[in-house]
Amino acid sequence: MSTLANSPVLPAGVTLPIYMDNHATSQMDPRVLEAMLPFFTEKFGNAASRNHSFGWAAEQAVEHAREQIAKLIGATAKEIIFTSGATESNNLAIKGIAEMYKERGNHIITQVTEHKAVLDTCKRLEKHGYRVTYLPVKADGLIDLEDLKRAIDDKTILVTIMAANNEIGVIQPIAEIGKLCHEKGVIFHTDGVQAIGKIPVDVNAMNIDVLSLTAHKLYGPKGVGALYVRRRNPRVQISAQIDGGGHERGMRSGTLNVPSIVGFGKACEIAREEMATEAARLQGLRDRLRKKLESELDYVEINGSWDHRLPGNLNMSFVYVEGESLLMGINDVAVSSGSACTSATLEPSYVLKALGLGDDVAHSSIRFGLGRFNNEAEVDYVADKVIGIVKKLRELSPLYEMVKEGIDLSKIEWAAH
Amino acid sequence: MAYSDKVIDHYNNPRNVGQMDKSSDEVGTGLVGAPECGDVMRLQIRVNPETQVIEEAKFKTFGCGSAIASSSLATEWVKGKTVAEALEIKNTDIVKELALPPVKIHCSVLAEDAIRAAIGDWKKKNGVAETAEAVAVAAH
Repeated sequence: MSTLANSPVLPAGVTLPIYMDNHATSQMDPRVLEAMLPFFTEKFGNAASRNHSFGWAAEQAVEHAREQIAKLIGATAKEIIFTSGATESNNLAIKGIAEMYKERGNHIITQVTEHKAVLDTCKRLEKHGYRVTYLPVKADGLIDLEDLKRAIDDKTILVTIMAANNEIGVIQPIAEIGKLCHEKGVIFHTDGVQAIGKIPVDVNAMNIDVLSLTAHKLYGPKGVGALYVRRRNPRVQISAQIDGGGHERGMRSGTLNVPSIVGFGKACEIAREEMATEAARLQGLRDRLRKKLESELDYVEINGSWDHRLPGNLNMSFVYVEGESLLMGINDVAVSSGSACTSATLEPSYVLKALGLGDDVAHSSIRFGLGRFNNEAEVDYVADKVIGIVKKLRELSPLYEMVKEGIDLSKIEWAAH
Repeated sequence: MAYSDKVIDHYNNPRNVGQMDKSSDEVGTGLVGAPECGDVMRLQIRVNPETQVIEEAKFKTFGCGSAIASSSLATEWVKGKTVAEALEIKNTDIVKELALPPVKIHCSVLAEDAIRAAIGDWKKKNGVAETAEAVAVAAH
């Protein structure tokens, strides 16, 4: 009794810490681990070893995974190239296409809210004679298709627009973008990292030519990713960025990471089978979280389109409270903030700023990323905790006090520093 | 971010939270920072007109854990000091006391500015000659 007296009584279904940062990474599904285990020990062969049974077993497992992954996105197994993760996939796609098609043109189109793996790759290409258009987004985080249409010219070789955003969970009109690209004869690449396994993605129905994937966002292992590269209508060619043994149809040399690839395949298979029910469940949890927070707190704002959003994403600003101090108050809950107070610069999230949010609101944002292993009891616990801390911090906030007194904060001459 | 126990303690139990009557001649108010930079501190002092001793201090802060801790500590430190003594408090003392990580030194600078701004406001109200230092703060 004396030992129990000191530990807080938690509701059933809640164990601390609670993980709600599934956009960053996800817990591996035990079914995935189980599939992987034999490939570390008894089935350890190199998939490129063609002359003994160890190699054949590894190759067979890799080909099975290729099929599992392809099936999730409506592709064929031959169109899947393994990489170390989505950053490499994005680099390979963008640089590989830019290099391969440079005779045809030097113009690339992307958008301002892409992941850094895309933006920084594009910036590098700009130093090598490529021209890049960074499309703006509307207040809801979606690009305007008319902007895209206008941006495409006869030098455009590639459009790269992510399927779903990692911060605000906003889903772009991928099928419409794909259709437009195909009409104009431009290659369409999409960073599908956040979308794959969460919402239906079909490379043929959506006219996607190249697609970046990674395993660890869908309950698979870290350090393994893939690139879908269309083989017909049109056949897309990619210039290798890593040379060597000519693995992966010459597009990506390097010994295959067999256990992780097996896990990636299994993760995709599970995601495909459970996507419909899981999406509905996550959406229910997310809506519950939003409702609870909004019922108890004033001055909260949803960032990004609510209707075009991943089922597990809730990005919310708790205005007049700074994000990092909010995270400190819920230190047994893992979430992320778009505030920059954890970094050396004072610039808050560029994604939130691209929506037109003021820096003050961006500094106040929290990203909740719900996933397969979250439950309703956790949502209730987190909601109560956040409500308590926001109220406490607002008692401390001079801004909240001033607003409550009817002072217009925009009229104050702040000493910017 | 791994914070020191002192930062966490000030965050969990902030000292001297609140506000005093801004219009009182005995009260000096300093409001520094900006919402778009992610931190705003309001620090107030109540000065005994006879002794120039700061008898009471209050703060409210919008900002990260370090900003809250820095301003909370600042209110503790100015209390009981004369105005002249309070002006001696340096941001580096705050950094040391709270063991702030390098990226958070900014918060301690803001706290020092808040002290100076509050004293500057009090001096202005009471016609006390501004020191060169206080004038510099007001200008920046």
